[in-house]
Amino acid sequence: MDLQTLWFAAVAVLWIGFLLLEGFDFGVAALLPVLGRRTADRHLMLRTIGPVWDGNEVWLITAAGAVFAAFPGWYATWLPALYLPFVLVLFGLIIRAVAFEWRHSHHTAAWDTTWTRVITAGSLIAALGVGAALGATTLGLPIDADGNRVGGPFAGVGWSALLGAVAVLAFSVVHGAVFLALKTDGPIRAAAHAFALRWAPVAALPLLAWAGITHLRYGTPFTAVLWLVAALSVVVAWARLRVGREGQAFAAWGAMLVAAAATIFGAAYPVVVPSTIDAAFDVTVADASVSDYTLTVMTWAAGIGLPVVLGYQAWTYWVFRKRLTAEPQHPGPEHAEEQVAA
Amino acid sequence: MDVLGLDTLDVARWQFGITTVYHFLMVPLTLGLGLLVAVMHTLWVRTNRPEWLRMTRFWGRIFLINFALGVATGLVQEFQFGLAWSEYSRFVGDVFGSLLALEALLAFFLESTFLGLWIFGWGRIPKKLHLASLWAAVIGSWISAYFIIAANSWMQHPVGVEVGTDGRPVQVDFGAVLTNNTALAAYSHTLAAATMVAGALLVGIGLWHLRKRKLADQPVTDVDHAVWRKSVRLGGWVSLVAFVLVAVTGDFQAKLMYEQQPLKMSSAEALCETEAPAPFSIFAFGKLGSNECDDVHSWTVPGLLSFLAHSDFETAVPGVNELQEEYAAVYGETYPDDPSFGERAGGEIDYTPLLAVTYWSFRLMIGMGLVSAGVAAYALWSTRRGRVPTSRIGVYGSLLAVAAPFVANATGWIFTEMGRQPFVVYPNPDVPVGEQVYFFTAQAVSPGVSTGEVWTSLIGLTLVYGVLAVVELWLITRFVRRGITTGDGSPTPVTLPSQRDGDDDPGGPPRDRTDDDVLSFAY
Ligand code: HDD
Ligand code: HEM
Ligand code: HEM
Repeated sequence: MDLQTLWFAAVAVLWIGFLLLEGFDFGVAALLPVLGRRTADRHLMLRTIGPVWDGNEVWLITAAGAVFAAFPGWYATWLPALYLPFVLVLFGLIIRAVAFEWRHSHHTAAWDTTWTRVITAGSLIAALGVGAALGATTLGLPIDADGNRVGGPFAGVGWSALLGAVAVLAFSVVHGAVFLALKTDGPIRAAAHAFALRWAPVAALPLLAWAGITHLRYGTPFTAVLWLVAALSVVVAWARLRVGREGQAFAAWGAMLVAAAATIFGAAYPVVVPSTIDAAFDVTVADASVSDYTLTVMTWAAGIGLPVVLGYQAWTYWVFRKRLTAEPQHPGPEHAEEQVAA
Repeated sequence: MDVLGLDTLDVARWQFGITTVYHFLMVPLTLGLGLLVAVMHTLWVRTNRPEWLRMTRFWGRIFLINFALGVATGLVQEFQFGLAWSEYSRFVGDVFGSLLALEALLAFFLESTFLGLWIFGWGRIPKKLHLASLWAAVIGSWISAYFIIAANSWMQHPVGVEVGTDGRPVQVDFGAVLTNNTALAAYSHTLAAATMVAGALLVGIGLWHLRKRKLADQPVTDVDHAVWRKSVRLGGWVSLVAFVLVAVTGDFQAKLMYEQQPLKMSSAEALCETEAPAPFSIFAFGKLGSNECDDVHSWTVPGLLSFLAHSDFETAVPGVNELQEEYAAVYGETYPDDPSFGERAGGEIDYTPLLAVTYWSFRLMIGMGLVSAGVAAYALWSTRRGRVPTSRIGVYGSLLAVAAPFVANATGWIFTEMGRQPFVVYPNPDVPVGEQVYFFTAQAVSPGVSTGEVWTSLIGLTLVYGVLAVVELWLITRFVRRGITTGDGSPTPVTLPSQRDGDDDPGGPPRDRTDDDVLSFAY
């Protein structure tokens, strides 16, 4: 495999890693108003993602950074073509990031409700927006021979962007529900479980459709197999949920995403930004890539760095592996003062 | 669309300047305060003294509130190069993107993952491991600063590249990019400057609390007194040492600048004609604002600029007028008549940056640093041998002076970035002229994006950033006024329920049921 192909695969892996991880914290945030009726429930839900959401978001930064690093031509075509939609995603991510921290920096009910809502809103915007951007880069943007957008600010937002947006959001919501069922105990666990069981089959459809369309357009027999794996994983996830095996259901639902995204990236290769104006304007891996020297440097860095990152991130999930419940049974650490004096 | 006579390039520059300077208000505090909180936490683990724990929790909280905004604004930075500066991204892609990607991979993951572990790890993981996770996060932030500064320094002084077929740089030596002397100098200077920010914060807030407690006749023997006193002493010493480092590294940067970007140097001084020995200007008057160099007059210290540039009091420092002609001879009088230069194609090139900006930002940077060092000296003197200052001017002045190193940081960057105009990638003078890599800012902006779009994002971002600044300041002020208490008003915890010395193994079976409620402390 040449370096450009390797880096195309690496970029795909980073986007998949981002969707797999940040997917569930987008989902949990989206479910706050649906499942978290009581304040204590909402706090419980937020605690499941509290220690990890920031680390998950770095997958987005790394994925975008890797596109820039390996394929500046892709980065420089894709982002300006969707300028305002991307800015909107940034707004979503900004308000979400500060809301996580600020929510518990002040203690009144109204404050808490406001920032909880902001977390939900920011996550919805970000999930929809990233989905739209990915949909557009795999199914087409109106770009000319120089890679510049033709048409107004929203010319890039067509049906492909909408499909991507819905697919990522729907996947994330069910992913978040299964995650909650896996990470909590008590009524939230039951409610999340029921939600996932009800919605999983429907929520998989847009993603499968997106993968199917990319396959039909550019696919190979190999991507057909990947698509079938994705479809099968939905069935497995649903069946495992039915028998209450949340861990396995979580894995199967994740496998669905991996297989579907692999179908999409695998089929699209070597095109990174298809032009809806003329196929001759498509930006390909070869057009967009940096020199082999730079790719070699990055291969070394990523080859050493990525396993280490995966190692310590996995370890934090292990540290915080316990199921959480809503009511603390002990006085909080505020009362520790006396213990020291003693 | 030409609102206010600004074209896409101007608006994009305003947007980049505003968002980056804003990001850089959080960044130095994260870098500097992170280090100091890690030191406090270490001292607590080693001495078990309660004041160190309280200091860790108090300053750690401010660190976290600030960190969140740093993350939020950093996200914008990551995407901006592609959004508004696509031609820049295409041009520098072979070098620049990899530094950003490595920053994320090798630093941001470390930082965010271990910070999550630190926030939620109180009482849940062994004490030493918990401390180590804070250090890992702080080291992550210091590594991230290195990569981003290496990226910026490469724009100031491109090394490790050759000119490719279409004039773009092709990277040939990644090691040279990482060990760029410009980057090493800028990194040490920036980190020393970041440490000054943290030191000033400790001094200002600590003195204010000490005075308040003294006026309220609170005891000087309790833990809270020790907290504020130690904060002031630590902050004061850190500020002074950091100021010395800032001056030493700044002098080093000035010497590099004399070789690498002589026009920036003479613009910083509004030095119009070549002079030997060259004087250092203290205060300039005349037509600085209209960039008419010959109408500028200043009060000067003879020979000092020669020293700053070249370590002796004799050497000639070339003036703006001479350099402007030299640059025009080499890089052209006018921009090429090429569509990639947009409205500026064929127009005249002004190689002199805005004199008023370079001149005054350079002075503000140094001046605010001096103010901050002066305040630190005052704080150490007035708290010597257990004293507590009650002077209103002294204490409120110190509180106000918390802003000084922030201003110095911002103006330092404004100087650095505006001083390299009209280039976005400055030609490296060590390379023969025909083989130089350089790029004009006028070519860098995204051609497919309309002025209206950039206006929309500029206004939107500025408004959101404004609101965030208000909330952030309000939260921090409220928290600082309240002092060392938890959110519900009770005193800060001195130790946490299940915090025992390294005997609990995070991999072992759950020890007791307190794990969950420790989490609920943070959430
Ligand atoms: C607390 C902040 C602070 C303080 C007190 C100083 N600086 Fe500074 N300076 C910065 C914060 C800063 C900065 C924001 O961090 C910059 C911007 C880019 C950089 O590398 O550092 C900077 C840039 C910068 C540059 C430009 C480098 C370039 O464009 O390549 C020079 C020559 C100096 N500084 C020199 C000094 C000197 C001689 C100082 C004397 C005391 C000084 N600085 C104090
Ligand atoms: C790796 C770090 C950085 C990079 C790559 C970078 C790059 C750029 C770019 C591309 C521009 C726009 C083009 C231009 O006007 O020249 C710019 C402008 C600017 N940047 Fe930086 N910058 C970096 C760090 C910073 C920091 C940390 C600050 C300040 C806190 C800063 C302050 C500014 C300012 C004030 C401008 C506007 C200058 C002008 O338009 O003339 N930059 N920078
Ligand atoms: C213009 C170029 C810059 C880009 C693209 C950029 C990018 C980012 C991003 C994406 C984040 C969020 C990371 C997270 O989620 O954890 C961040 C935060 C951070 N950046 Fe920047 N940054 C820039 C300038 C700088 C400079 C010049 C420095 C240091 C000298 C710096 C130091 C930091 C640090 C320490 C953080 C941690 C969070 C915080 O500061 O509060 N950045 N940056």
